[in-house]
Amino acid sequence: MKTDGGQALIRSLEREGVEVMFGLPGGAILPVYDPIIDSKIRHILVRHEQGAGHMAEGYAQATGKPGVAMVTSGPAATNIVTPLCDAYLDSIPMVVITGQVPTAAIGTDAFQECDTTGITASITKHNFLVTEAQDIPQVIKEAFHIATTGRPGPVLVDIPKDIVDPNSPRSTLEWEDSVEIDLPGYKVDTSVDPEAIQKAVELIQNAERPILYIGGGILKSRAAEALLELAELTGIHVVTTLMARGAFPDSHELCLGMPGMHGNFTAVTAMQESDLLVTLGARFDDRVTGKLDEFAVNAKIIHVDIDPAELGKVRQPDVPIQGDCRTAIEAMLSVLRASGSSDADRTAWKSRVSGWQERFPLVYEPSTPEQALKPQFVIEKLRDATPSDTIVASGVGQHQMWASQYWTFNHPYTWINSGGLGTMGFSIPAAIGAKVGCPEKMVWAIDGDGCFQMTAQELVTARVENIPIKVALLNNSYLGMVRQWQDMFYEERHSEVFLSKEIPDYKGWAESMGCFAMRVEDPEEVEEAIAQANEIEDRPVVIDFRTAAEEKVYPMVASGTGNSEVIVPPSQENEIR
Amino acid sequence: MSAEPKGHRDHILVVIVENKSGVLARVASLFARRAFNIQSLAVAPTEDDHLSRITIVVDGESAPIEQVVNQLDKLINVVDIQDLQPGHAIERELMLVTVAVEPEHRDDIVEQLDRAGGKVMSVGTDSMMLSLVGDPDHIDTFENLLRPFGIIEIQRTGRVALANLDETIE
Repeated sequence: MKTDGGQALIRSLEREGVEVMFGLPGGAILPVYDPIIDSKIRHILVRHEQGAGHMAEGYAQATGKPGVAMVTSGPAATNIVTPLCDAYLDSIPMVVITGQVPTAAIGTDAFQECDTTGITASITKHNFLVTEAQDIPQVIKEAFHIATTGRPGPVLVDIPKDIVDPNSPRSTLEWEDSVEIDLPGYKVDTSVDPEAIQKAVELIQNAERPILYIGGGILKSRAAEALLELAELTGIHVVTTLMARGAFPDSHELCLGMPGMHGNFTAVTAMQESDLLVTLGARFDDRVTGKLDEFAVNAKIIHVDIDPAELGKVRQPDVPIQGDCRTAIEAMLSVLRASGSSDADRTAWKSRVSGWQERFPLVYEPSTPEQALKPQFVIEKLRDATPSDTIVASGVGQHQMWASQYWTFNHPYTWINSGGLGTMGFSIPAAIGAKVGCPEKMVWAIDGDGCFQMTAQELVTARVENIPIKVALLNNSYLGMVRQWQDMFYEERHSEVFLSKEIPDYKGWAESMGCFAMRVEDPEEVEEAIAQANEIEDRPVVIDFRTAAEEKVYPMVASGTGNSEVIVPPSQENEIR
Repeated sequence: MSAEPKGHRDHILVVIVENKSGVLARVASLFARRAFNIQSLAVAPTEDDHLSRITIVVDGESAPIEQVVNQLDKLINVVDIQDLQPGHAIERELMLVTVAVEPEHRDDIVEQLDRAGGKVMSVGTDSMMLSLVGDPDHIDTFENLLRPFGIIEIQRTGRVALANLDETIE
C-alpha cells in the first residue's frame, strides 16, 4: 500500500504501542502533525520543548514504557538536548523525533537548520538521520528496540521535511505490514555466567559485613520482587541509591536508605565498613563513592550490570557479572536455596549497624511558631497525608535530597528525579509525564523556587490538558544547595544565590496558569493546606511553602573527601562513630 | 634515536563498522568525550560493501584498553572489534616525504632509500620526494635518517594492520 512518510511515521509509532506523545509543532515537522489529528495517539502540547522531553522521561520512569517526544528542527531540537542528556545519564527509555530541513537543504545553514544528530550523538544511546521515506518504518522499529533493550536510553530520530511532506515526491513509500530490524552491531546479552553466579554466592555466604548496593538498574530490570527475596533469604542490609529509591521498601527492617554525599550516616558508613558490596545495577557514581581511593577499601565487589562498560569503569570488581539484574538475582537465589544462605556469623555486624541507626538518625530542629517552615517538616507532613503509592517527582538541589531522605518509599516507580545530570526544573514536567502515565495515582512534584522558575510554564500545559498534578514548592528565596556550599566552603560569602523574597508572587503566578494555589508560612497551616490540595482533582495545585533559608542538608560528605568523614548535624557531632 | 618501545605500549584496535555516513564521527567523538587518545587512524572500505574497517592505534596509557573496547562496542554502528596484540599482527604505514637535497647528495639519499626499500617519486632541482612503506619502527628510523638533510614536507598515513596468519613470517 502506498502512503507518505508522515502517515508512515505515525503508523509506525502506533505499531510500537505508543499511546501518548509530548511535543510542539513547527515548520519542519508540520507534515507529521497532520496525521496526528486522525491518530489514536494522545498528543500533549507543551509550552517549551524541554518540557516535552522531561514529560517523556517522567512517563517512562513511572510506567516502564518508552516515553515519546516530537518537536521541530533547529531551536526545538536544541531545546530538547537537556532532556536527552538527562535520559542518557539516568538510562531512561525515550524516543525523540525531530524535524529537519529538507534533504537538499541540509548543510546550507537553512532556516531552523542545525546538526541535530551531530549535537546529540554523545548524549543519546543512538541517533538516526533518515534520508529516505521508505526507511521510516524500519528506523522507528529500531529506535524503540534500542531505547528499550539492554541498558535503556534515549534514541533520537531526525526526519527531513521532504520525506514526510505529501506534496514532495520523495515522501512516497510502500507500507509493509511488518518490518525487520537490521542492527548487526547491536547485541543484547541478558544471560548471566553461571560460574560467576556461583562465585558471587560463595562470597555472599562467607561475608561477615555484606551490603546490597542497589542502583537504578534494579528498577529497569523490574527486579524489585526478586531483590526483596534475596535480601530476606540472606538477611543482608540494603542501601538504595538516589536512582533506586523505592526499589526496596524503606519500611523494611533491612533497608538502610540512601547512601552517598547526602545519604544517611548508617547507609554511608555501612558501605564504608563492609567486606562485600553486592552491587546490583549501580555504577559507583562519584556522589556515592566520595573520594574513590578511600571508598570501602576492605570490601570485595560483586558487580552485576547489563552494560559491560560499567564493570571496572570506576572500581574493579572481584566478581564481574554482565547481564540482566533480575536474571542474576534469580540465578543467585536458586543457588542459595540449594546450598543454604550463610555460613558467616554476622551478629557483631548487625549490632554495629543498629548502633549507627540509633545514634545517627536523620534529624532536624523543628521550627518554633515565629520561624519559617522547616522543609523537612513539610515533606514529613506531605508524606504522612498522601497514599503510600503516591508518585513523587523532584527537581534538583536541597529539596531533592530532603525528599529522598524524608519520604518513605515503599513502592518501586514512585520516585522520579534527575540523578545523573542534576537538571534543575525537572520536577514539574516529569510529574506531568508521570501523571499522564498513571492517572489513577496521586502525583506530587516537590520543587524548589530556583527550579520552579525554570519550567513552571508547563503548569499551563497541565491545566489545559487536564493533568492534575500537585506541586509542593519549598520556597526559601535562595538557590539553596549553592548557598549551602557557600556557607560551608566559602566562609558564608553568598554570591548570586539570593533570588527574591516577594518576586515572583508564586500564588498569583500559579493562579494565572489555571492552578489552585495557596501560600503557607505557619507550621500550623501545613496539614490543612495539604489536605485541601489532596481533595482537588480538577486542576493542578501549587502550594508555596515559605521555608527557612539557613537550613542545611545533613549528613554531608564534602566533595573530594572520603566517606569516613561524614559531616553530621551539630546535634550528633559528639556521638561515637 | 630508536622508537622501539613506542610501538609496544600502544594497542591496535581494528574496528569493523557499518559503512554509513557519520560513523567515523561517532567513533572519533567517543574518543574525545571519554578522554581516550588516538595515536593514528586509518579508515577504508572492506571486502564487504556494508562494512568499513577503522584501524585505531590507541595510547594505552590514556585509558584502560578494556574500557576503550567496551565503550566502542556500545556504539550501535560498531559491528566487531579486535584488539591486535603487539607482535601478533602485520603493521604497515606509508610515508611520503619531500627532502631538501643538493644535487651532489642525491646519490647518498638514493642509496639509503634503496637499502630501506623505498622509492623516488619525484625529483626537483634541490629537493626529492620519496615514498616508503613499512612497519612504524622502520618508517621512524628512515625519517630520522632524513632529518639532517632538511624535511620540507612529510605525510604519514595512519597504521593499518591485519592479524598474523598461523604461518606468516615477518
